[in-house]
Amino acid sequence: MTAALQAHSVKRKRFGSRNNRVIPGFGLTMGFTLLYLGFMFLIPVGGLLLYTSLMSWEEFWKAVSHPQVVASYKLSFGASFIGASINLVFGALVAWVLVRYEFPGKRVIDALVDLPFALPTAVAGIALVTLYASTGWVGQNLEVWGIKVAYTQLGVVVALTYIGLPFVVRTVQPVLEDLETEREEASASLGASRLTTVRRVILPALLPALLTGYALAFARAVGEYGSVVFISGNMPYRTEITPLLIVAKAEQYDYQGAAAIGTVMLVAAFLLLLVINGIQWWTSRRGL
Amino acid sequence: MSIEIDRINKRFGDFIAVDNVSLTLNDGELTALLGPSGSGKTTLLRIIAGLEQPDSGRIRFQGEDATDLHVSDRGVGFVFQHYALFKHMNVFENVAYGLTVKPRSQRPSKKEIRDKVMHLLEMVQLDWTADRLPSQLSGGQRQRIALARALAVEPKVLLLDEPFGALDAKVRAELRRWLRRLHDEIHVTSVFVTHDQEEALEVSDRVVVMNRGKVEQDGTPEEVYDHPANPFVYQFLGNVNLFHARVQNGVAKIGSVQIAAPEYAGQQDSLALAYVRPHDLEVLNSREEDALHARIDLVSVVGPTVRLELQTDTSDQAVHAELSKHQYRSLGLVQGGDAWIRPVISRVFLRDADSP
Repeated sequence: MTAALQAHSVKRKRFGSRNNRVIPGFGLTMGFTLLYLGFMFLIPVGGLLLYTSLMSWEEFWKAVSHPQVVASYKLSFGASFIGASINLVFGALVAWVLVRYEFPGKRVIDALVDLPFALPTAVAGIALVTLYASTGWVGQNLEVWGIKVAYTQLGVVVALTYIGLPFVVRTVQPVLEDLETEREEASASLGASRLTTVRRVILPALLPALLTGYALAFARAVGEYGSVVFISGNMPYRTEITPLLIVAKAEQYDYQGAAAIGTVMLVAAFLLLLVINGIQWWTSRRGL
Repeated sequence: MSIEIDRINKRFGDFIAVDNVSLTLNDGELTALLGPSGSGKTTLLRIIAGLEQPDSGRIRFQGEDATDLHVSDRGVGFVFQHYALFKHMNVFENVAYGLTVKPRSQRPSKKEIRDKVMHLLEMVQLDWTADRLPSQLSGGQRQRIALARALAVEPKVLLLDEPFGALDAKVRAELRRWLRRLHDEIHVTSVFVTHDQEEALEVSDRVVVMNRGKVEQDGTPEEVYDHPANPFVYQFLGNVNLFHARVQNGVAKIGSVQIAAPEYAGQQDSLALAYVRPHDLEVLNSREEDALHARIDLVSVVGPTVRLELQTDTSDQAVHAELSKHQYRSLGLVQGGDAWIRPVISRVFLRDADSP
């Protein structure tokens, strides 16, 4: 009798899952998800691609391979790469300090990490340029050493580092909280030095989160506009980022040219994220 | 390698975790640190390992001071309750870890490492799991891997922190017998922490009972179980019934029952508690002069034994008795019926501020 009941309930679970769920509504939520994704993402991206496809190959190639545009790609992707890399190291460090130690003001620092999310990027850009200009607090002192930040490519890196910080911290933090100190203690009791423990036990466990944070920081940096345009000075061939070129083209009513460069960025960003996702998938197969 | 624990103290804020404990653990012995949670047993174990620093006191291994040695230099193997295996390494890499992190000059060759790890895996009967990840193993298997990993570096001392605490009852029982056999083979000085008295009594050569940061009793499992030093140990090691008694001239009286208590020969009319284990209580089906009358409230049959819950005439507290099914049948006892109980073995402690 009980066996029959069980068999029955198994059957119901398999074929009538809608009735057994605690919270129903798959159809409604899935429908909304598709609608939402469609309006917010697929249709704009589709429009971009459609707009680009109106161009001939020659027109497209001319628009995206102009030396000024190529220089901006190098700067945008290069500076994003450096910024995200800096964040990878220091973001991990901030997360470590916030998770592993107790100190006065910890909550304040924890809250400050989110500031680049909340502050309008233009405000951040103006603040950065005020600080790093040759008359600013930081810029003055760097000038002595012959380092110029504002209106140079270094300035772009600084801005992109600033806006990317929260991503690495916020992805690594929860993983670090779950990482029991016991595993580090086990490593130490087996004779491993502190450095070996970090290298062979802690870092591999954090790797997927670090990669995710890196990818997010990178993607955010590539698309960043507001905070960069103030500090970079926007000199063609030197400190012009790709999003700025897109805006410039759009302002000159060259919508097709803007869309073409946008498409290149879209494809490049997509490919990079695909690679990082691939690495993540590979590490997660290792049971992390 | 003997371990000398010399006047160790450790506080966490206001909480005194270890209170001036001194102990010497002999070479090759398997010692159980037994106590309730918060008794300081795990802290003491971690201090021996070097994972925790004592506020004062010294730890010596074979007479040599190890107090200021970092955990990685102490040569201890530590096994954690939740295994603490490296999740991103397979079983082989986990066990080999301690060998591969040695400085290059001391590191064995690849082949030596391979042979040693496989030998250890065979010893824990898990050589077929070498290529698996810890997440693919059961809890009992993981703990055996953790043990193999700890043994790979040939520790002078093996420390186990509630090693079977996270496992289910059957696996626990198997593993502790297995640990006992393993210890008989390799004879490394071992200390394990547990709150399970049965585990401590079954596995160890020696039991150290701890409570509130202090050692309550220290002895062989038989000594500790048969001759508990104080009421705490009595109650902690197994179930026990408490009877209010009056001690006069070396005799404790529980109602009409008299128990010899020669250690209190000088006492005149003192309040005391008699401790009687459920299986040391004789249950009778007819009135006898030196037995207490009780009503049988509940009969529960647990496999071959029968547990009775009885209510005496004088106390509100239920009395538990344990007898074999055979005895129970031949006595013809029934739930709700009458019975007479007589303590066969008991221990009397005078009542003072400490007793419950």
